[in-house]
Amino acid sequence: MISNTNSANKKIKIGVYICHCGLNIGGVINIDNLIEFVKTLPNVSIARQYKFFCSEVGQNMIAADIQDNLINRVVVAACSPRMHEPTFRQVLTSAGLNPYYFVQANIREHATWVHMYDPDGATRIAKDHLRMQIGKAVTLKALFPQKVKVLPSSLVIGAGISGINSAIELATQGYQVYLVERDLTIGGHMAQLDKTFPTMDCSACILTPKMVEISRNPKVKILSYSEVEKIDGYVGNFQVTIRQKAHYVDQEKCTGCGACVQYCPVSVGNEFDLGMTSRKAIYIPFPQAVPAKYTIDIKHCINCGICSRSDVCEPDAIKFDDEDKIMEINVGTIIVTTGYDVINPQYLKNYGYGKYENVIDGLQMERLLNSTGPTLGKPLRPSDSKAPHSVAWIQCVGSRDNREGCHSYCSRVCCLYAIKQARQYKEKHPEANIYIFYIDIRAFGKGYEEFYESAARDYRIKFIRGRVSELAEDPDDKYIIIRGEDTLLGKPLEIQVDMVVLSVGMESRHDVEQLAALLTIQRSADGFFLEAHPKLRPVDSLTEGIFMGGAAQGPKDIPDAVAQAKAAASSAASLMAQKEIEVEPYFSFVQNGLCSGCRSCIDQCPFGAITFNESINKAEINSIKCKGCGTCVSTCPSNAIIQNHFSKPQLMAIIKAVLGEI
Amino acid sequence: MANEVIAQSENHPDNDTAEDSEFEPFILGIFCNWCTYTGCDQAGTSRMQRPANLRVMRVMCSGRVEPVMVVEALKRGADGILIGACHIGDCHYVNGNHKTVRRIPLISKYIQQYGFEPNRVWLRHISASEGAELTEIVHEYVKILKKIGPNSYKKKNTLINQSIQN
Repeated sequence: MISNTNSANKKIKIGVYICHCGLNIGGVINIDNLIEFVKTLPNVSIARQYKFFCSEVGQNMIAADIQDNLINRVVVAACSPRMHEPTFRQVLTSAGLNPYYFVQANIREHATWVHMYDPDGATRIAKDHLRMQIGKAVTLKALFPQKVKVLPSSLVIGAGISGINSAIELATQGYQVYLVERDLTIGGHMAQLDKTFPTMDCSACILTPKMVEISRNPKVKILSYSEVEKIDGYVGNFQVTIRQKAHYVDQEKCTGCGACVQYCPVSVGNEFDLGMTSRKAIYIPFPQAVPAKYTIDIKHCINCGICSRSDVCEPDAIKFDDEDKIMEINVGTIIVTTGYDVINPQYLKNYGYGKYENVIDGLQMERLLNSTGPTLGKPLRPSDSKAPHSVAWIQCVGSRDNREGCHSYCSRVCCLYAIKQARQYKEKHPEANIYIFYIDIRAFGKGYEEFYESAARDYRIKFIRGRVSELAEDPDDKYIIIRGEDTLLGKPLEIQVDMVVLSVGMESRHDVEQLAALLTIQRSADGFFLEAHPKLRPVDSLTEGIFMGGAAQGPKDIPDAVAQAKAAASSAASLMAQKEIEVEPYFSFVQNGLCSGCRSCIDQCPFGAITFNESINKAEINSIKCKGCGTCVSTCPSNAIIQNHFSKPQLMAIIKAVLGEI
Repeated sequence: MANEVIAQSENHPDNDTAEDSEFEPFILGIFCNWCTYTGCDQAGTSRMQRPANLRVMRVMCSGRVEPVMVVEALKRGADGILIGACHIGDCHYVNGNHKTVRRIPLISKYIQQYGFEPNRVWLRHISASEGAELTEIVHEYVKILKKIGPNSYKKKNTLINQSIQN
């Protein structure tokens, strides 16, 4: 794969291009000085500066120098290579030079932006970074990207509103989709909601048709009650192992008639209603569940066997000896739409959640408002089952809070859902007193501000600015006393209400770490999955071929989650539409003459890319399986392995260049 | 060649900023592409200011770091080597950083045989979103290296000495 087109007699001519990046670089360091400095370095033929080398004019300057045969290596000193390396490689290709004759010195993110008030320091670092890359430029080799096939199939992990939308988009374009959901039904959190802000659409009315649509789509295979166990492979060909948990009811035979339910003697709290109602040990989560097949909750089942009687289950679907099934699939791309967990406010002791009966959280209120919920849409006080005359919502519970266990970010949905719930309650009980305690109302979306204004004006909901310091309970009547401060009046405040709703926000899934490790994708400081670039690659992960959508990437409302899910599907589709893609040739290879056959590299490879050829007694690396980490290179005692673009001479050249050689 | 190097280093306009009394440690960062390099970019995008002592070399995985790179950099006068890896369990290549973790005590012993202080090599796990942590670590490392003082090899070799201080 390595060709020696730069024969010994062909002189290395490096072109150095220093970008001002507007004022980002040029505003901190003196570029003229930098140019003068670079011109003194060996092998540098040309040193130029320009406002924006990433612009068309800038790119043309580089291309012209290559075409005029003035240079044969390119060093651009600008932003991070993670930003514009592909851009400049394209310039080299179009000008007829191998794109791997390019290196980029990062003098923006690693110099001027972190030493903004220290121009001397920034200049020192910029010069060193230039010397490092000029040192490496001399050692560059021409490389040729490898081509890999991309399977026309996709794995979508998590079947909430985001996952459903991603799957529908891909299936419509003709790709095979495997939609994995660990719960019994698809639908996610949205299925639990009553109305959606600001249009007051009924959540179930817009979600359940989608659920049915996707279950009928021949291109989508729904794998509910399943979890991803293992992911191998690389972009274009991931091998995925999925565990389908045992239902103890034959899913083929079960007709979903529900005759078994009335006979089951076991009652447990229904998770779908957050424990506010009960369900039997044989159950479906809610009537519109997809797939609408029953499952035995084996943890709570007492093995009485009534449901398996032929007069109870006519199709004879009960199967107590059911076992988990392991399934293996190959997919080209993966979309992660695993959503969020609701913050549990129990650790905020001053709100007494879990201790005071009449303090509930936002999702519980959502179920109480829901016509299929525990109170059939008429919210009642948990302590006496009467309609409360006064209700207060407390905002930013667990969000925008630096206390232990809380999150500093804004969860983006709580302002609007609290206003929505307050309006819904006011519609049912116009005489009720409704309060919303807030820090700021963030009504940022389309129609949100109007929705908020109308709540205050037309619904007479009282907005009080100030974080509540504590809640107390009247021991006899179970009223809740709210203590806090009205920060607009600057006065302390004490209000007694019948019920309090804590507007809890979103946090990353409790077991997100495991999935991140499985997919080898990164997470941001808030715990959610990290996108490859916050502006330009908002749905890509850093691992090629893996995309993300919805609240798995950060707190989002439904319109944003759907938009991102569709964007993720579109990105995955554009990858699969190419059928074959180029991957960077950073793989390693063994120099046969030097390999001593010690086999120490073989165990080091996490991808099983290294095999031992017994006939010649040498190790061999499969360049397609190799992902280019270079761990085997640093292990080889004979220096027999070379990693393309990060070879030992290249890395040593960088060290030598910055430490005295040039 | 040697004369050329000296001539060039004397030409450096910022030669006078590196005075012995104001010892500015030279830190070579060897960062993995997926976590620490990205985190270092994030520190830049968030404009987190740090002392101008860190130069960054990118490798695809911290598992690529060879002991000889560390020794070479120290022999040539670097004051500290900061190896940046993903957190355990977060490695883009499954477990490359495990190998780095295992290699570090070895490297530490190795450099001590050359007479270098063990603190001249640090391994730190910095994720792609931990620009703030990286900034803090650089502050801390600079402080510690200032306490240890300049690399003794640097004093011995005037040629290197003059080059380094640029």
